Amino acid sequence: MAVDQDLKIELGQQGVFVTTLQELYNWGRRSSIWPMQFGLACCAIEMIATTMARYDLARFGAEVFRPSPRQADLMIVSGTVTKKMAPQVVRLYNQMAEPRYVIAMGACAISGGPFKQGYNVLKGIDRYIPVDVHIPGCPPRPEALMQAFITLQKKIDEQQLTGENRPRFLNENAQGEFPVPEPAEHDLEPPSNPGVWNAPVVIR
Amino acid sequence: MVSSPYFPLVVLFVVALGFGLAPLGLAWLWARFFSPRKPNPVKNSIYECGLVSKGDAWVQFRSAYYLYAIIFLIFDVEAVFLLPFAVAFTGLSAAACAAMLVFVLLLVEGLAWAWAKGVLTWA
Repeated sequence: MAVDQDLKIELGQQGVFVTTLQELYNWGRRSSIWPMQFGLACCAIEMIATTMARYDLARFGAEVFRPSPRQADLMIVSGTVTKKMAPQVVRLYNQMAEPRYVIAMGACAISGGPFKQGYNVLKGIDRYIPVDVHIPGCPPRPEALMQAFITLQKKIDEQQLTGENRPRFLNENAQGEFPVPEPAEHDLEPPSNPGVWNAPVVIR
Repeated sequence: MVSSPYFPLVVLFVVALGFGLAPLGLAWLWARFFSPRKPNPVKNSIYECGLVSKGDAWVQFRSAYYLYAIIFLIFDVEAVFLLPFAVAFTGLSAAACAAMLVFVLLLVEGLAWAWAKGVLTWA
């Protein structure tokens, strides 16, 4: 059971620290989000800048960029996802261990950006994998990426360990595999994952 | 046994072992009982930077490559010796020059032998 917030503050003033297993668990997870070391385009340069001394992503416990999806918690889709690259991105996401999170960084990753009309550009990575945080920008500044990190941390903080709304990695029945698209004659096949994304309906 | 002078060492060893193994064991227990496994063919496949791995990891390299690499290595090392030799050339005695010449000629002889044996032919 969650501790009453007022009681918690009052106890804290008396020097008594009260917490729950859920808070501890979420605190541990949100304080050690290890991103995967891969960049797709120019947004990756901003991502690199975010990890360097001036912006210092290490303050949020996320400086350990892992070169293997097996050790990574977070996928930062930093840049244009071409249709040639999309199957690899989705496969890498599949190969990450649960719990895993995705930040779609920049206009290209969230919608195709300036290349949206291009025949070879995926119009947003959220067509295939569940994205936790979208950041607009072309490219987003490091501050924006840190904002996305903080947003993701807040999201993790609010996750319930039990109950109906528990996250996918704690749910035995939730699917863990996201189909990898295959290149077909005109487009990727399937063009999107209906379990993750549905084409918006235009209401006139 | 307690009176043995090595007893504290045994205690320290056991504590050190436990210090290392206990977190691993706890992590294993946590993963075993609290994290639902979600294995699938894509997740369990060989990690190849996102690409589908082709063929077996146990590929064999041609032995010709090994010989080629050895010969390269010898001349690589020779270059290390040749540089100080060239720098100090004007101040060297005739004996030192002769020694260097013998060294280079020995390696050239090896190269000639490898050439004659057909090692340099890549096929």
